Amino acid sequence: MKDITKKRYTGGKPKPRRFHQAMWDEPIIFELSNEGERGIIVPEVEAEVKNGVGDVMSTIPESLRRKRHPKLPELSQPRVLRHYMRLSQETLGTDLNIDVGQGTCTMKYSPKINEHLARMPQMADIHPLQDEETVQGILEVMYKFEQILNEISGMDQFSLQPGAGSQAIYANASIIRAYHEARGEADHRDEIITTIFSHPSNAACAKTAGFKIITLYPNKDGYPDLEALKSAVSERTAGLMITNPEDTGIFNPKIEEFLKVVHEAGGLCSYDQANANGILGITRAREAGFDLCHFNLHKTFSAPHGCGGPAVGAIGVTRELAKFLPVPVIEFDGSKYHLNYDRPESIGKVRSFCGVAPVVLKAYTWVMSLGAEGLKEVAEIAVLNNNYLLKRMLEIRGVSAPYAKGKRRIEQVRYSWEKLRRDTGVHSEEIGLRAADFGVHYWTSHHPWIVPEPCTLEPTESYSKADLDEYIEILRHVSNEAYRNPKLVKTAPHNSTIHKINHTPLDSPSEWAMTWRAYRKKVHKASAHNVNLWCSER
Amino acid sequence: MSKKIPTVYPYIPNSVPTVKNQMLKEVGAKSVEEFFEDIPEKLRLKKNMNLPNPLLSEYALRRHIEGILSKNKTCQEYLNFLGAGCWQHYVPAVCDEVNQRGEFLTAYAGEPYDDHGRFQALFEYASMMGELLNMDVMNVPTYDWLQAAATSICMASRITGRSEVLVSRTINADKLSKIRDYCKPKIGIKLLDYDSETGQLDLNSLKVQISSKTAAVYFENPSYLGFIEAHGDKISKIAHDHGAICIVGVDPISLGILAPPIEYGADIVCGDIQPLGMHMQFGGGHAGFIATRDEEEYVMEYPSRLFGIAPTSVEGEYGFGDVAYKRTSFALREEGKEFVGTATALWGITAGVYLALMGPQGMLEIGEVIMQRSHYAMLLMSKIKGVKSHAFQSTHFKEFVVNFDRTGKTVAEINKALLRHKIFGGKDLTKEFPELGNSALYCFTEVHTKDDIDRLVNALKEVVE
Repeated sequence: MKDITKKRYTGGKPKPRRFHQAMWDEPIIFELSNEGERGIIVPEVEAEVKNGVGDVMSTIPESLRRKRHPKLPELSQPRVLRHYMRLSQETLGTDLNIDVGQGTCTMKYSPKINEHLARMPQMADIHPLQDEETVQGILEVMYKFEQILNEISGMDQFSLQPGAGSQAIYANASIIRAYHEARGEADHRDEIITTIFSHPSNAACAKTAGFKIITLYPNKDGYPDLEALKSAVSERTAGLMITNPEDTGIFNPKIEEFLKVVHEAGGLCSYDQANANGILGITRAREAGFDLCHFNLHKTFSAPHGCGGPAVGAIGVTRELAKFLPVPVIEFDGSKYHLNYDRPESIGKVRSFCGVAPVVLKAYTWVMSLGAEGLKEVAEIAVLNNNYLLKRMLEIRGVSAPYAKGKRRIEQVRYSWEKLRRDTGVHSEEIGLRAADFGVHYWTSHHPWIVPEPCTLEPTESYSKADLDEYIEILRHVSNEAYRNPKLVKTAPHNSTIHKINHTPLDSPSEWAMTWRAYRKKVHKASAHNVNLWCSER
Repeated sequence: MSKKIPTVYPYIPNSVPTVKNQMLKEVGAKSVEEFFEDIPEKLRLKKNMNLPNPLLSEYALRRHIEGILSKNKTCQEYLNFLGAGCWQHYVPAVCDEVNQRGEFLTAYAGEPYDDHGRFQALFEYASMMGELLNMDVMNVPTYDWLQAAATSICMASRITGRSEVLVSRTINADKLSKIRDYCKPKIGIKLLDYDSETGQLDLNSLKVQISSKTAAVYFENPSYLGFIEAHGDKISKIAHDHGAICIVGVDPISLGILAPPIEYGADIVCGDIQPLGMHMQFGGGHAGFIATRDEEEYVMEYPSRLFGIAPTSVEGEYGFGDVAYKRTSFALREEGKEFVGTATALWGITAGVYLALMGPQGMLEIGEVIMQRSHYAMLLMSKIKGVKSHAFQSTHFKEFVVNFDRTGKTVAEINKALLRHKIFGGKDLTKEFPELGNSALYCFTEVHTKDDIDRLVNALKEVVE
């Protein structure tokens, strides 16, 4: 009997897993439309109701009546379902892949039990304005989760209202503004300092909240010089919005001194903890001296990413700033939970009602499945996995880990393929597209790329040693291909749903099309003028 | 004394002690402590976090959560007539089936090659919304209507270079609060009065306040208070005559029967897709949309991601990608338009499923059903002694203001009494719109049968008469 196992991959060896992404060649849903088909029937109105009200439609003012039916597709239910099943198959969720390539995003396992619980009617089918008596369960979850976050961060009070990390950063910037307004200093305190390795939203949200932005760049250790910060602060400084560890996974050991400099200048310090996976139970915002912080419950706290939301960015502040938090806040009188809107100094509403409650429920459930020891285990294993991956990555030809040579990293590393590019002409992005041929994600990095040819890997606690080995073997394989046969890499993907996209039309106003109707119009117009719509095809 | 056996956590593969030790050895570390050597001793947490004891078994965890959630009363057990920005509509089973698929549920930011399906589903969502609205450009959804309205206003301000916006005073107080906070650095918000008889936006108030400083006029249809704003064309004309942009907020479930706002002059249309297949989830089902014409000066002011269709290297293949990515904060940090990040993509996909199921006929019928049911309720409630239903002489869609001044009871008292009948009465408006007296905003949709409405009316009679 032949031993088939010897030729099969294990941990990515002797060769990467054979993979092909689902390829259904699925039409756009409008192309599937068949006149007269229906996907669902709307509840019928009782005769008594119909007769009772008469021709209500005629009471709609003439100019407000819809004259032509919307040209929505017409499909029977199994055909709608099949279409979306195919599209879902053509999507590589974290449930399917070794998702360590989407650094900064903390792609961890989202436990199924949490999802099942969040879809119970007691969560799904409750209205946010119900009498408090009738929503004591969800208020209890939210209140208790705020207490949990207080303990994890050391902060005094949380709001779970913002709808994701960027909205949380925006809310914190708004609180910083409110703080200076309350002190009569808002007019001249109009600068926020951030770092280039903090998420772009720290700069963008603070700007949206009305601030000017000063961005600090790293020194050879991977974080800015204290001196650079000292020369950036002034009586105009409203605050510092910073990540630590930054996207490089390097912890800024001088963070306390940074905060001291900003505080002495009269500014507040806000800690972007979107990704806190490597420091749960290890170090906290409070001890470092931060005034504000935020956590992404869809990252560190395991709620699924949902193709990009729904999500929660929980914001935490010191007692001094609590009065500025969004309304309502949840209070507990010893027996009942209440929503308090009477907060005259609040920045007001950030997101509808109390935020995205089912995401909070999933995060709460996750913490309850782990406890304090379990959370620390999450951090320790995430960091162990990262340092293991770092060691193995540096064995691959053409890759390096800029800054802090020879030092340990926390939860992620920003690598550079600059050497590989110089040697082979293959870019980081192309490595990612080739990696997709083996069924894994890979992401370059946020712009600007001050690390040349970057990629950011964050293995979290959810992957086994064999998973990490497989990911490494895929990248090693792609690196070898780049040196041996760069064209193969440069023309990737080869095993995807589709082939290389021509992005040019997406930046051209006469060619871009964000809806099917816009596309059809442009195709029609082009054909009337006897030119190809996508001239780049010519 | 026996040594404590380390816990192996089901979600953490490498929590197996032998694996952990092997990996430590491979990286040349004695313990995980070495990895944290850059964190100053002073900043290290010296104690164990004081958190509740874990429920390690999935069964115990489920029991714990179910126990807490059982304290909630659902809109299945109770009859619910609350709307006010979060509405109870029927959610087709296929919507839930699709959005619980692990592929969609756990995907995030993959390339179009990994996630072709995610891109296509969101392009199709935008395309179907485009048909509903008769507009060519639609964003990947933002957080909610509050954000969509605030961003629409900021877009209008950037497009016109003006810094004042006129907003109808019948807007929801929470939305106004959001707009004020979000626009504070750059835009002044002024409120437009409404007619106390009809609720309609007061055109004189508009004419008096509009000027060459006005970037935009914002109103909603149906309004927050449920009536149909009949003079959309007049409002937009006044706005346009002054070089201002007309922004209309709209409930998309009304658009099978109501004219899309572009037909009465809207330049930017925004709203919430929660009615299109999302459970209420205590307010967790919201997602905001922003639609415009396909004009460069509008497109380039969107902060959101916009997915467009594109060719690939193989003929006959659809590809997708980001349109004008360089306008976003992902590309340009603070030089981008506002900011972009994770928002509510899964709800966008779900709304696409909903619209595909409903089709043109479904959207028409649901509009009619809602009109008929809400008007039936209006009729019956108006016959209750002391109850004025509806408070405004205008046509309403699914919500209307009910005034209880002549019952001698406050809305709070009435709603408490209705709770005993297992009914959630309408939203108390007494703080939000004191000028409306003792009023509540009631909502009726396709989920409310004749029996449900009769039950409400009988209970109300018992409470107030």
